[in-house]
Amino acid sequence: MERNKNSSWFREKILMGKTFGEYIRDCLTPWNIIALIFLILGIYAMIYRLVAGFGPTTNLSDEYPWGFWIAFDILVGIALAAPGLTIGTAVHLFGLKDYHHFARPAILSSLVGYIFAVFALLFDLGRYYRVFYLIGWSWGFSSILFLIGWHFFLYINISIIEFAPVVCEWLNLKRAREFFNKLAIWATIFGVIIAGGHQSALGGLFLVVPSKLHPLWYSALLPPFFLLSAICAGISVVIFESSITHRAYKHLIKDYDPVDFDAKIIGLGKAVAYGLYIYLILKLLDFAHYEKWHYLKGFYGFWYLFEVIGFFLIPALILTYAVRYKQAFWVRISAVLVMLGILLNRFNVCLLAYKWYLPASQKYYPAWTEVALSAGVITMLILVYRFILNRMPVLYEHPEFKSEH
Amino acid sequence: MKFNRRDFLKKTGILAGALLTGTPAVSQAYKKDKKDVDLSIYSTDNKANSKVWEIYEERKKKHIPPPKEPYGVLVDVSKCIGCRRCEWACNNWNKNPNRPIEEFEASVSQEPSVFDKRRRPHAGQFTVVNRFKTKSGKTVYVKIQCMHCVTPACYAACFVEAFRKTPEGPVIYNPHVCIGCRYCMVACPFDIPSYEYYDPLTPEVTKCTMCYDRIVEGKVPACVEACTAGALTFGKRSELIKIAKERIANNPGKYVNHIYGEKEVGGTSWLYISPVPFEEIGFRTDLGEVPIRQYSDQFLFMVKMFEIVGAWPLVFGAYYQLSKHKKGHNSTNEEKGESHGKK
Repeated sequence: MERNKNSSWFREKILMGKTFGEYIRDCLTPWNIIALIFLILGIYAMIYRLVAGFGPTTNLSDEYPWGFWIAFDILVGIALAAPGLTIGTAVHLFGLKDYHHFARPAILSSLVGYIFAVFALLFDLGRYYRVFYLIGWSWGFSSILFLIGWHFFLYINISIIEFAPVVCEWLNLKRAREFFNKLAIWATIFGVIIAGGHQSALGGLFLVVPSKLHPLWYSALLPPFFLLSAICAGISVVIFESSITHRAYKHLIKDYDPVDFDAKIIGLGKAVAYGLYIYLILKLLDFAHYEKWHYLKGFYGFWYLFEVIGFFLIPALILTYAVRYKQAFWVRISAVLVMLGILLNRFNVCLLAYKWYLPASQKYYPAWTEVALSAGVITMLILVYRFILNRMPVLYEHPEFKSEH
Repeated sequence: MKFNRRDFLKKTGILAGALLTGTPAVSQAYKKDKKDVDLSIYSTDNKANSKVWEIYEERKKKHIPPPKEPYGVLVDVSKCIGCRRCEWACNNWNKNPNRPIEEFEASVSQEPSVFDKRRRPHAGQFTVVNRFKTKSGKTVYVKIQCMHCVTPACYAACFVEAFRKTPEGPVIYNPHVCIGCRYCMVACPFDIPSYEYYDPLTPEVTKCTMCYDRIVEGKVPACVEACTAGALTFGKRSELIKIAKERIANNPGKYVNHIYGEKEVGGTSWLYISPVPFEEIGFRTDLGEVPIRQYSDQFLFMVKMFEIVGAWPLVFGAYYQLSKHKKGHNSTNEEKGESHGKK
């Protein structure tokens, strides 16, 4: 009897009311098979890395101790995992109730984003099994990376607390939900401080390499650059991801109103535009103050302008137009551009402009296993995100807890 | 491209081999290609760094008083003859992969030789000598190794505090806490720390220890002992600066008037004087005199301020939200209570 009850719980909550066979059959979609291929390649790369070490699996060298994994999984990944910092805060702290529909997906993306970023990071640590040394003992207080490590740890806990009410609703745990709901607002405040701190600290990491980073990218303002661009990226991710989920999960959202939804997307676009303009003004100030004009010659000058104009100025202009003429489509386009811009910027800082003086033959480029591992981790992230969206009351309000928003 | 007899014979041999046997020649050719790669990157299981760390810990436990002044080494680039005996002695003392000393000594007159490529320290090699042909036509040999900064960047970067600046002068590394993030390698302005990339389970950072284990026994570092050309002088850092200044002053025209390492990134324990400008022999002359640590310290201070000062408005905001929420909450509770009552 007890077992029977258990298995029905499993069927209800995990298999979404299907039998195991039905569930597996329903999973065999073309997209899932593509995901499976990525997963297999990624897991192969992970095992290969663990068994053979960095040497055969990566193109890391003594000249380039940080490669694709740090640039993509951590610098890009964490910047794109900023939705919780932006939307979560706006809704819970500043009372922007209009956007409360966006809060839960945003917090969820931060949660899974951070967890998988740290998961991927483990493969980049030579002695991953010691990672708890950082939390437990042996504290390097003079290190910016120490601050980041601790902030990651704290922020994952904060995201768990922020997201806990959703899990409690899913499992019908009313008492626990009340408890976490009360805790959530304090977690949010703590979260803003922590997330703001480490987003800027990721830029701060490169403050110690004034002689190795190209002067166009090196700046005393690296931390605010990283923070601001992460905020823009965080909101852009919300725009991008909600546009996808609202299309794919229409059936889950009962009171879905496309016009209202587009209006909110435009509102978010406005926030991104503000962020981008502040970012660009700071960039210009930095550029003028350090008199970087003469660096604009040559490839790196071109590349710098390509990044700043192509992926920050142009989206800002498009957004200005889109907000003014209420074009949600163009907001979405520029959100994608901003996300790509973050990708480009982080890659430039971490890989391309780092040791720009090395000849092309000595520059770093990722091995296929490095890319495969990251792709595998992203696939896992998307699958987990989807798993949760399908089951927990993220996109819709749980009928039993509806009145409390 | 030069094409000497030996190469020619080798290549014809490979070609003949390929014609006779087919496949094995390919792997031979591959191996030959691999020889261009510095084999010391494959080295694993270095023990020198952990040995030195254990000695440091033991001395700390026993409260052995440190010397009054830190030591250093003065490198007189003009005296180096490129015999590479220091490399051999370093490998020998630190139990790194080594070759017969004759092979090291021979490379100065060999063509081609290891000097053709500019090398850097790797996992299995803490010091290397490079050859530079300067604009004025001079051939200069330069030994590089860890500079043992007075305010080390690796220490400031390490998030588990695996580095120490010892009172004796050496900057040493503790492999027992290292997680392997390799931020020290990113931060080092001289690109010295190397990593055992080919060790899957227990990789370590490796670097020159300035033979801390020898210094505490009253001996000089292995490379200094091996140097017969008089290019390396071991002593108290302050005295070495004096010696360097005297040498520059007493030999007008022989040296450029600069002691590299006296002030660079806050000063280093290893000091260099050179007959040619330092930028021509592979030194970064744009590092400045600010210790790298200051950049991160300033930032950490700012973050702390930001987090402490910025916290207050947020806390007040939250308090405000909570009180508003409470009012709303009470009303929903009442509604709920009613509905409950109706049931």
